[in-house]
Amino acid sequence: MPRTPSQPELTQQAISHEIADRHDRERDAAASDGRGLPAHPRRDFAPYRSTLLRHPTHELVRADPEEIELVSPAFGHTDVAPEEADLTIQHTGEPLGERIIITGRVLDGDGRPVRNQLVEIWQANASGRYVHKRDQHPAPLDPNFTGVGRIVTGDDGSYRLTTIKPGAYPWKNHRNAWRPAHIHFSFFGSAFTQRLITQMYFPGDPLFALDPIYQSILDPAARERLVAAYDHDVSEPEWAIGYRWDVVLTGPRSTWMEPEDADHA
Amino acid sequence: MPEQPAPEAFDATDLPGADVGPGAADGPHRHPLGQTPSQTVGPFFGYALPYPGGPDVRAPWLPDAVRLHGTVFDGAGQPVPDAVVEIWGADAAGVTSTERGSFDRDLHGFSGFGRAAVDRDGHYSFTTIKPGAMRDGSAPYLLVALFARGVLHHLFTRSYFGDEPEANAADPLLSRIDPARRSTLVAEPDATASYRFDLRLQGEGETVFLDYGTEL
Repeated sequence: MPRTPSQPELTQQAISHEIADRHDRERDAAASDGRGLPAHPRRDFAPYRSTLLRHPTHELVRADPEEIELVSPAFGHTDVAPEEADLTIQHTGEPLGERIIITGRVLDGDGRPVRNQLVEIWQANASGRYVHKRDQHPAPLDPNFTGVGRIVTGDDGSYRLTTIKPGAYPWKNHRNAWRPAHIHFSFFGSAFTQRLITQMYFPGDPLFALDPIYQSILDPAARERLVAAYDHDVSEPEWAIGYRWDVVLTGPRSTWMEPEDADHA
Repeated sequence: MPEQPAPEAFDATDLPGADVGPGAADGPHRHPLGQTPSQTVGPFFGYALPYPGGPDVRAPWLPDAVRLHGTVFDGAGQPVPDAVVEIWGADAAGVTSTERGSFDRDLHGFSGFGRAAVDRDGHYSFTTIKPGAMRDGSAPYLLVALFARGVLHHLFTRSYFGDEPEANAADPLLSRIDPARRSTLVAEPDATASYRFDLRLQGEGETVFLDYGTEL
């Protein structure tokens, strides 16, 4: 039975207007200042209502990274078992849904591989339901699918995961709000300041235009970077559909403070 | 320090963002590849990100263990029940661990990395080592990263220590901060070997959050 919407007065149309207005304003402001749009989302993106009380109003303070900010926790193969990269073998039976392979490389801003670093994922099952007590979406849980995986990147920065394509699911941002199908990804770079948690999406999702979380990224080219590409060379015959998704973790600006830092290396 | 891989020749033309947006042409400090954007951690990380021993960076019974704890608040002063906090810090001598196995807790070692989800009251708690200063003239601190539903891009801050008034007064970052806001970066001793570090996302007492040049 459908749930009672928490905000029946707030329509998708109203949210879509808010998104379009913000995009127009930001694009015009960037153009008149002669700068590009940022890659990261605006933290104060009001169409995503949960940001309203959760974004800082002060400007962030620029900090000179010290040693601890320029290195990253050292994960290794003792941290992660190889089976954790396959989310379809964690239970006695096979999970329901479309089996997929996601592979790609984690790179820094200069294209160098981010080696031996941890990648963590979590996701809804094929029906759009998370194994989380607060997820009340009335879609079935799958006893053979938890939706949590981990892997450590190889020497070339590569990772490869096997899972099930997640379903779209409803949320209460506004009336009839649905998240596009996505997988949550967490990355560590070679510096802790490259830390990234994000969401990977699937190509051609009709919900992209409607979703205030995806649309919180102002730059259309940056948004596209969260969408995996179907790759027939990754698909395996009689087995799984393949996607490729490369990830770039930039910063801190590597040349910014080397002279000073050299004394303390 | 981990070995830095030497720059390699690469063909960036088919990599993310290589041909779009602000790129290498914008100046010597621009990266040729486009940063992958952040998205919120969402509400449902609780069965995925926390791991056994995640908040115990140092075994609580060891003599040098200290507690760092606090509550995450939103702009209305309400606790945030769906946040996850990470800390990353040097050891007591100010040295950064490069030992492999940051998830592996043998209860005697120290990797410096911890992760704690908040409870229903928005409270988190770690046990760790109070780090030493990493540089002459700098005060000791832990690096803190905050993720939450409604936070589209995580926030970094630093937790300095209230029982280091002289070092804090001389610290190059703290001394640049508006004195009215400086205390938001300082964990205050609230019991033996315990420090309190609340995080306020917005409004009165808003925590000073930091930009390391990664606000792209």
